[in-house]
Amino acid sequence: MNNHDTPTSLASQIAKQGDKTWELRLYISGQTVKSLKAVANLRRICEEQLAGEYRIELVDLSEHPELARIDDIVALPTLVRKLPPPLRRIIGDLSSSEKVILGLEILEK
Amino acid sequence: MTTNLELQMNKSSKTKRLPQLEIEKVATGVTGLDEILNGGLPKGRPTLVCGGAGCGKTLLAMEFLCRGAVEHGEPGIFIAFEETAEELAANVASLGFDLATLERDGLLIVDYVAVGRGEVLQTGAFDLEGLFIRIASSVAAIGAQRIVIDTIEVLFGALKDAATIRWELDRLFVWLKEQGLTAIITSERGDESGISRNGIEEYVADCVILLDHRITDERSTRRLRVLKYRGALHGSNEYPFLISSSGFVVFPVTSLGLQQTASTTRISTGIGRLDARLSGGVYKGSSVLISGSAGSGKTILASHFADAACRRGEKTLYVSYEESAAQIERNMESVGLDLRRWRELDLLRIESIRPTLLGLESHLWWLTQLLEEFDPSTIVIDPITSFLRVGSKSQTSSMLLRQVDILKSKGVTALFTALVPSETNEHTDVEVSSLIDTWIAASMVESGGERNRTLSVVKSRGMSHSNQLTEFVITNTGVDLLDTYVGAAGVLTGSARIVQQAIDRVRHAQEVEGLEDRRRHFDRRTGSIEDQVIALLAEYRADDVDLSRVRAAVAQVVGSDESTHFSMANGSPSAPPTPSDDREGPPR
Repeated sequence: MNNHDTPTSLASQIAKQGDKTWELRLYISGQTVKSLKAVANLRRICEEQLAGEYRIELVDLSEHPELARIDDIVALPTLVRKLPPPLRRIIGDLSSSEKVILGLEILEK
Repeated sequence: MTTNLELQMNKSSKTKRLPQLEIEKVATGVTGLDEILNGGLPKGRPTLVCGGAGCGKTLLAMEFLCRGAVEHGEPGIFIAFEETAEELAANVASLGFDLATLERDGLLIVDYVAVGRGEVLQTGAFDLEGLFIRIASSVAAIGAQRIVIDTIEVLFGALKDAATIRWELDRLFVWLKEQGLTAIITSERGDESGISRNGIEEYVADCVILLDHRITDERSTRRLRVLKYRGALHGSNEYPFLISSSGFVVFPVTSLGLQQTASTTRISTGIGRLDARLSGGVYKGSSVLISGSAGSGKTILASHFADAACRRGEKTLYVSYEESAAQIERNMESVGLDLRRWRELDLLRIESIRPTLLGLESHLWWLTQLLEEFDPSTIVIDPITSFLRVGSKSQTSSMLLRQVDILKSKGVTALFTALVPSETNEHTDVEVSSLIDTWIAASMVESGGERNRTLSVVKSRGMSHSNQLTEFVITNTGVDLLDTYVGAAGVLTGSARIVQQAIDRVRHAQEVEGLEDRRRHFDRRTGSIEDQVIALLAEYRADDVDLSRVRAAVAQVVGSDESTHFSMANGSPSAPPTPSDDREGPPR
């Protein structure tokens, strides 16, 4: 998407210039179909769009239930863009690459 | 949690045998609600609280948790979808709930779920496992037994995928039941088609409570109704409620029955001769009604009652719906009652409030609060008929019944005054007489071109009492009951009584006069009889002297017959009588 005029896009561009690393966190719970799908989808999109510039952190809430409240998680899977700021959230198994790219505000190559 | 779950399962196996009797309940602690629910909410099950915006759903739910934590030591979780934890804390702080302290003590977790703010991008399948994990984690952290979800429908707005949400809610409620959590789920009131906007009642089928806030006659009333309560008896009416400074209050406010203790201690009404008519005064803790038309002296009688209570050193609350405290004090001073000194000693508290200022329920609550705060042993409410300006006759009567009940349950001796519309009808417009122990009717009797005040005891439970009408007068030293004068046409009052008193005085004088006459008459008679006795004695003596002479003469004559010469030669009688002795021994 070439939506350069919105302030968020500008902000993310500026952030990108400072720190090339995208910090993404994916919240799941156990090895469910939805969890596995989401992990696979996210990895694929990142490789395609952000090769070498991203870091994915998997958080299994079944192992760290207290994080659900601390990080304000309701739906699973939830993908959170921690860096660049601001925080962005996408829920679901990330089946649509287009929507994920839109949601993360990744400027397509 | 597993033990809870096992417990729950044991319960449900019992439930199969005795379905009607085994519903276990959890007291909400909300004033009045547990009575309507016959004990409380169904334990381990979700209850739906449904109502429009601003009707008090959140408050009711929060109070359920706070009371559970404070009064029953049951920790609770508040899942807030609409207000942040800070907003909630601020909102309920004014009602006396300190959420921060409860959270610190591990009795409460307020978890604000920010899902409602901002749009959430969704792609692909999702579930609400995150929310469940979150709730489960909080429940486990403090061992929660109660939970509130306020308002879960926000999810429908935030997540769009209604089918998934419905599926997940179903799972949530099954899980809540498995956990044995007693839950309150709040929901917006829907339109005509359903109870809640998103049909939450389909999941929460055990107990449904509706809250309603409506305006009638420019007065807002909040009402609560228990729409259903599976397998349990519950009050089915609409119950008024209000949000007071100390939380939610549903009326009836107290669980009463008729178990008040009955004191045998008599207390004075403040008027000695009235006490005598009640064979010693009214019972402590009883309810006294003074009914009367305008100007019949109700307030003065009530003030005497209050004064007497203060004299006994009892804290007395005087609630006036007609006059200000200053007015009452001034007016009572004119009849010799110094109420100010009791007020200065903190024995008496006069509270004046316009009846139209509050709704009936608020009045009742206001009084309940006053009772708690001041803790009086005697109360005067002057007059109860003022409430008719606020509510209908039946509403007022029902409110007053509750008021009398509350006072009786607290053992407060109460005196109510009631205005009656006319002289001929001594029944008050509000039907409280059945709850009243002693009923004194003050009335104005018109006769002979004047109005006079009378008192009579209409009824007095558990004591002998005079059934006679008595006139009473208001002097500058207070009320006094007069002697009863009964004439041919009944009890005499006013000038008729004065005339009767005058007649009685004349009669008495006449009687005294008559007796004096008779005494004098007898005095005179005694005098004359004595005179006669003296005269007769004199006569007798004279006769006696004559008799002696005759005897002497006879003796002489007999002697001369035997020796006439010898006797005549001596020239003196042989046995002369002794007249001096005779004279000193008259016959009596």
